[in-house]
Amino acid sequence: MKRRGFLRSSLGAGLAAGTFMSLGRFEKVLAGRPLPQGANYDLVAIMGGEPAAMFDIGIQALGGIGSFVSKGQKVLVKPNIGWDVIPEKGANTNPALVKRVVEHCFKAGAKEVYVFDNTCDNWIKCYENSGIQRAVKDAGGKMVPGNSESYYQEITIPNGKKLTKTKVHQLVLECDVFINTPVLKHHSSTRMTAALKNMMGVVWDRGYWHANNLHQCIADYALYTKKPQLNIIDAYNVMMRNGPRGVSKEDITNMKSMIISTDWVAADAAAAKMMGLEPQKIDYIPVAAAMGIGKMDLATLNIHRIKM
Amino acid sequence: MRSVVLRHIRIVFSCIVLVLLSFLFVDFRGMVPEKAFGPLLYLQFIPSLLKFIIAGVATATGFVVILILTALSGRTYCSFLCPLGILQDVISRIGGLVKRRFRKYAFRKPYTILRYFILALTAGILLIGGVYVLTILDPYSIFGRFMTYFVKPAAIFINNLLASLLGKFDIYTLYKIDIKPYELAVYAIPVAFLLLIGLLAFRYGRLYCNTVCPVGTFLGFLSKISLFRIRFDEEKCNRCGRCAMSCKSSCIDFLNKHIDVSRCVNCFNCLEACNEKAMSYGLVRFRSSAEPAVPDTSRRNFIAGSLLMIAGGSQILRAQNTTTPIPTKDSTVKEDRLYPVSPPGSSGISSYISRCTACSLCVAACPTSVLQPSVSEFGIAGIMQPRMDFHRGFCNYDCTLCTDICPTGAIMPLMPEAKKLTRIGKAVFIKDNCIVATEKTACGACSEHCPTKACAMVPYEGNLLIPEVIDDICIGCGACEHACPTKPYKAIFVDGNPLHEVAKKPEAKKMESAPSEFPF
Repeated sequence: MKRRGFLRSSLGAGLAAGTFMSLGRFEKVLAGRPLPQGANYDLVAIMGGEPAAMFDIGIQALGGIGSFVSKGQKVLVKPNIGWDVIPEKGANTNPALVKRVVEHCFKAGAKEVYVFDNTCDNWIKCYENSGIQRAVKDAGGKMVPGNSESYYQEITIPNGKKLTKTKVHQLVLECDVFINTPVLKHHSSTRMTAALKNMMGVVWDRGYWHANNLHQCIADYALYTKKPQLNIIDAYNVMMRNGPRGVSKEDITNMKSMIISTDWVAADAAAAKMMGLEPQKIDYIPVAAAMGIGKMDLATLNIHRIKM
Repeated sequence: MRSVVLRHIRIVFSCIVLVLLSFLFVDFRGMVPEKAFGPLLYLQFIPSLLKFIIAGVATATGFVVILILTALSGRTYCSFLCPLGILQDVISRIGGLVKRRFRKYAFRKPYTILRYFILALTAGILLIGGVYVLTILDPYSIFGRFMTYFVKPAAIFINNLLASLLGKFDIYTLYKIDIKPYELAVYAIPVAFLLLIGLLAFRYGRLYCNTVCPVGTFLGFLSKISLFRIRFDEEKCNRCGRCAMSCKSSCIDFLNKHIDVSRCVNCFNCLEACNEKAMSYGLVRFRSSAEPAVPDTSRRNFIAGSLLMIAGGSQILRAQNTTTPIPTKDSTVKEDRLYPVSPPGSSGISSYISRCTACSLCVAACPTSVLQPSVSEFGIAGIMQPRMDFHRGFCNYDCTLCTDICPTGAIMPLMPEAKKLTRIGKAVFIKDNCIVATEKTACGACSEHCPTKACAMVPYEGNLLIPEVIDDICIGCGACEHACPTKPYKAIFVDGNPLHEVAKKPEAKKMESAPSEFPF
């Protein structure tokens, strides 16, 4: 058959079938029983499992990682790897969670998954002792250095009140999908750190933030267009005091929880509650909510609570 | 032994030593643990000697090995183990390649007075407990500074070029490292010595080793009793002079068939150069009466010089001591630093500055770059001795690298648990500089970085928290000072402890229970 003939006849057949179907209610016969649509959750909270299993269950409720990652895309996963401490101390994102997220991304067809942080302690020791480097490599992802200013490029945040320009890691600019995987913990100055504050690890000069109204800068950065599509807050081992570095293992409470949301203000508000804090008291949360970055009133949100 | 094999063994052995020691300093990725280089550092004469005399470490007997080796074989150390000596051989070789005539040496008279004066000065000051001259003249330390201040940055520069190239192909096995130059004054001494030694070696072989280097002079003095030496076979020698022409030390007086053993570094070049096979290396045969009756003035000069220097040196030392930091009272918000901070394991400033030869191995190895060469912080006499510079970095809580690798014992080993309780300084908070007080906005960068939470945050106006230092658990790691964003003066800084103290262990409160229901 010639190509033209094939096109013509298949077009005709399609038109005929379409017309036929529109005449009667045949779709019920073809499709079987009506399917419930996935509930459009604003936030999924999971409790009682191991990090990897909690993520499996939680992301499923949001339609799987495939709702965020498509085939051939470059994904950036940004955990908190700020400190040269072992995973049990809860100062960095749980490596088991990071590993699982990377695995999910590859399952969804990601071309490459990158992981980095601009660490506080020596970055090589952080990558190594946090267990995250091993975890990412095992999952097939790429650990990328964030230690040199030359990896960072200047961006502008036109509507920022205090932070109008800053240098961000080139991967933030280059990636197709950005997944924020912070750890929930106490913070000596902001009282809590989770999703929004984790962005201090994608910029070069966070000293500027500290010196120029820290809370406002955290909220301002969230205005930047390249936002994380997904926020996964690790609340497995939660540092309840002496954060963000922690002093001893007694600072840790084994909450075995996780919060997943596309709205990072909502995720942080829920995370604050997990620590027994009022979201209103964590200044950057109400500031960000007032700027329209997300919703902090958990009562108005469609939350899916899962206990394992 | 007449074999040319000796020279080849020397070349291979010394190249291995040079490569390993260079790698020790240049290894910016920490690929090989510094401890693996222990045996090589153990045999470095001055570091081992210092560790033994001053720190009293019984295991630091490498210098004894060198003394015995020298008494047996002559200055083998200078050609086989001294990295600066080997480096000079490399430079001489390059010199010979650049200009043919630089390949040819000739006998020259020793600068006896200068040699022994420098040795006496060094030894005299060392005997009364100072390393000031050694800091500048120890050959291993000079080599260490070349590596740390010139070669390592150059290696990182090349690495960065390659890393950015590979980065374009999404390969991150090489990563970029920001090169931060040291303070300008720091380069004065290494640059001066690079020029001096480089030029001398380029043209005159081992002239530096036989004129300036106190270790060379000392081992040369000792090798006058060595059992194995290079000697002439009087019958075979036809006085062609090839040996003298090949001698980097310019110590062969072929007309008189005499070798100045105090300057011979056992390079064995002459063995190969001699076509008549008239030169050999073997057990010494003392000529009974044929020995030229030239009085050995050098020994007398040495002894006289030593005595003189011990007397004079104490005066110099006293003068230098006044330049060590003294408390200064300043009532501005400028950081009122009374003392510089010496590294953990040094136990205090005075013992540290009397032991450190500024080889800069710790500076090269420090993973956070907190160890920086000082300019005048330890006094002018302590130039180049590393100090903790918290503007550059802060001391990693779990790291004990510098305490493990210091070859002189200026920094003694500390177990991680002991290091975490060693107070090298104490944090001082300047409220009038603090963002929280001046801007009325949150900051807390200092407390964030504090590993013991000696830098705590306490309620301030409104919802704000402000730092407060809990003195007894502060270890002076400098994380707070490093993180503090205020300029030009920090709102929190670490003042050195002239004598290191033991900090209290931070108290651990009881673990809190986890919520069993979602609180939202």
